[in-house]
Amino acid sequence: MNNIWILAEQDAGQIKSVSYELLTRGRKLAEKSGRKLCAMVFGHNIFEDGLNGLIARGAERVVAVEAPELAHFLVEPYAACTLELINKYRPEIILAAAGTTGRTLMPYVAMTANTGLTADCTELDIEDGTGLLLQTRPAIGGNIMATIKCPERRPQMSTVRPKSTPQSPRQEGRTGEIIRLQAPAEVNKTRVFYDGFEPGTEEMNLQDAERIVVVGRGIKKAENIKLARELADLLGAALGASREVVDRGWLSYPHQIGLSGKTVTPKLYIGLGVSGAIQHLAGMQTSERIIAINKDPEAQIFHVADFGIVGDLFDVLPVLIEKLKKGEKIC
Amino acid sequence: MRIAVCIKQVPETKSVKMDPETRTVIRQGVQSIINPLDLYAVEAALELKERYGAQVTAVSMGPPQAVSALKEAVAMGIDEAVLVSDRAFAGSDTWATSHILAGALKKLGAFDLILCGERATDGDTGQVGPETAAALDLPVITYVNHIHELRDGILKVSRLVEGGTEKLSMRLPGVLTVVKEIGEPRLPTFRGKLKAKGLEIPTFTLETLQLDKNRIGLKGSPTRVVKIFQPEIVRSCEMLPAETEEQTVKAVDSMLAFLEDKAV
Ligand SMILES: Cc1cc2nc3c(=O)[nH]c(=O)nc-3n(C[C@H](O)[C@H](O)[C@H](O)COP(=O)(O)OP(=O)(O)OC[C@H]3O[C@@H](n4cnc5c(N)ncnc54)[C@H](O)[C@@H]3O)c2cc1C
Ligand SMILES: Nc1ncnc2c1ncn2[C@@H]1O[C@H](COP(=O)(O)O)[C@@H](O)[C@H]1O
Repeated sequence: MNNIWILAEQDAGQIKSVSYELLTRGRKLAEKSGRKLCAMVFGHNIFEDGLNGLIARGAERVVAVEAPELAHFLVEPYAACTLELINKYRPEIILAAAGTTGRTLMPYVAMTANTGLTADCTELDIEDGTGLLLQTRPAIGGNIMATIKCPERRPQMSTVRPKSTPQSPRQEGRTGEIIRLQAPAEVNKTRVFYDGFEPGTEEMNLQDAERIVVVGRGIKKAENIKLARELADLLGAALGASREVVDRGWLSYPHQIGLSGKTVTPKLYIGLGVSGAIQHLAGMQTSERIIAINKDPEAQIFHVADFGIVGDLFDVLPVLIEKLKKGEKIC
Repeated sequence: MRIAVCIKQVPETKSVKMDPETRTVIRQGVQSIINPLDLYAVEAALELKERYGAQVTAVSMGPPQAVSALKEAVAMGIDEAVLVSDRAFAGSDTWATSHILAGALKKLGAFDLILCGERATDGDTGQVGPETAAALDLPVITYVNHIHELRDGILKVSRLVEGGTEKLSMRLPGVLTVVKEIGEPRLPTFRGKLKAKGLEIPTFTLETLQLDKNRIGLKGSPTRVVKIFQPEIVRSCEMLPAETEEQTVKAVDSMLAFLEDKAV
């Protein structure tokens, strides 16, 4: 009872890797508070392997709820299951990934369960003395950070920014309990119906990309985009752009990163001829690693970068591309 | 059809500054605007109105000056607007805000569709849409990027999810939160501006809504902000010149070593 829970996600019966990031977060909280770590997962025909994998990566108990209506995320059936588990197990804390599922399901559930929810946390900790969950998150485009508590109501709920922590590794020999539960009767009371899925194009998936190569006005003209694309392909990266580039029509609007474009948090951001205007930074400054290539040593982008090359991108790129082609240190 | 659009007034993000001494947000002289992401919800409502005919109501909870955000929506073509405002509502977190908004929407009578923005640019939570839906016991679809059609009370939409788009249908009434891809918001018209100028915008207070005092404002909010701080810029940029060919090769080598070293 009163344990730490994560919402593991599945796709076609396979556990999604973002669930393992939640296990990393959950283990730390479980150890610090002396509670158990449990995982809930909803779906249809979830592979046994995946459930065992959750145990091997740190869960002590896994509860799987299955029904045909749970194959794809639909808010009402998923909320019915979550609320049922809240009533049955009285979790102290529930963590979900701050993806499109968690950011829809968790608020729906929090409202009904009469409890608080903190969105898109990048840091979680247990407060000494009180044992309360300290939830830290960026607000106002990453300009400030706020630490939030839910002192009285339970469970304490957070969505956690994807890729903000490493995945919990498999440890052979870990044991735990797997419980398969019948879905509550309400799962068939949905007013939303699933009609299908279409995989997206590169620019649509910018927000999921682990690496992004971003072009700024320094690329000079549309024809030069192919240089950036070549680099992106070699690195397995998606291509993004500053507003200047989109306004000039060198890349389409879905590529735009920043205040009036997309917010991205890749593992690696490489800016080519991007000055780093505040509106652009608002959409990328929480990237894990930032590399900038710009000929102006005073460019703002260097203030948020981890590594910078001060030089002409048309000199640097050919050398870089050549070396990557030769297979030098591609990770 | 009756459509409600929930809009929030927010400080203009561009001008948000921190006081480096006190490490608090400087609010003085900061302009308030309509949450830019809510303009897309307004646009979606107006497009539905053009296609299917609808009476569109904008609702905003906030201080009295939030009236200007509502007037902006009216200038774009919204039919009527309601301000939800009371000192007792101050300090509400998303849970309490949604409880209050749901109260106001109920008071206005049955809507077929309620539209929200993806998130507000100040709080950045994106929780109020789904929470309001839950408070009203309505279904919700989030991150909607396209509304295909409405037929026999069923709305067909697409939503942007990780790796692609999902197609869904919803039996109305229900709630949608929309993203930018739904369509570029239209500009206010001259006629709209005139209408906005003359329009009397009613205010719903605690008295009007008769809500439980323990479920609103700071007291009714489950969450507490315990600390606000400016993120430490821990990055210290290693900068290498690339003026000569030799320097360029060296810089590129270091960059590749950096990638290897940090395993990114
Ligand atoms: C309300 C509002 C919203 C906005 N929203 C966004 C947004 O969402 N996203 C966004 O990106 N912008 C946004 N902007 C615009 C923003 O203010 C900047 O104008 C824009 O980000 C600058 O783009 P840039 O860095 O590509 O161009 P520039 O600022 O022109 O910078 C080009 C850089 O390239 C470098 N350079 C030039 N030639 C070379 C070369 N040969 N080799 C190496 N370096 C070179 C230069 O030194 C310079 O630093 C917004 C502005 C406003 C007012
Ligand atoms: N005070 C408010 N008044 C009206 N609508 C709001 C309010 N706060 C949030 N919303 C709506 O809920 C959406 C999400 O807001 P948030 O959860 O604060 O990020 C916004 O885009 C608005 O559509």
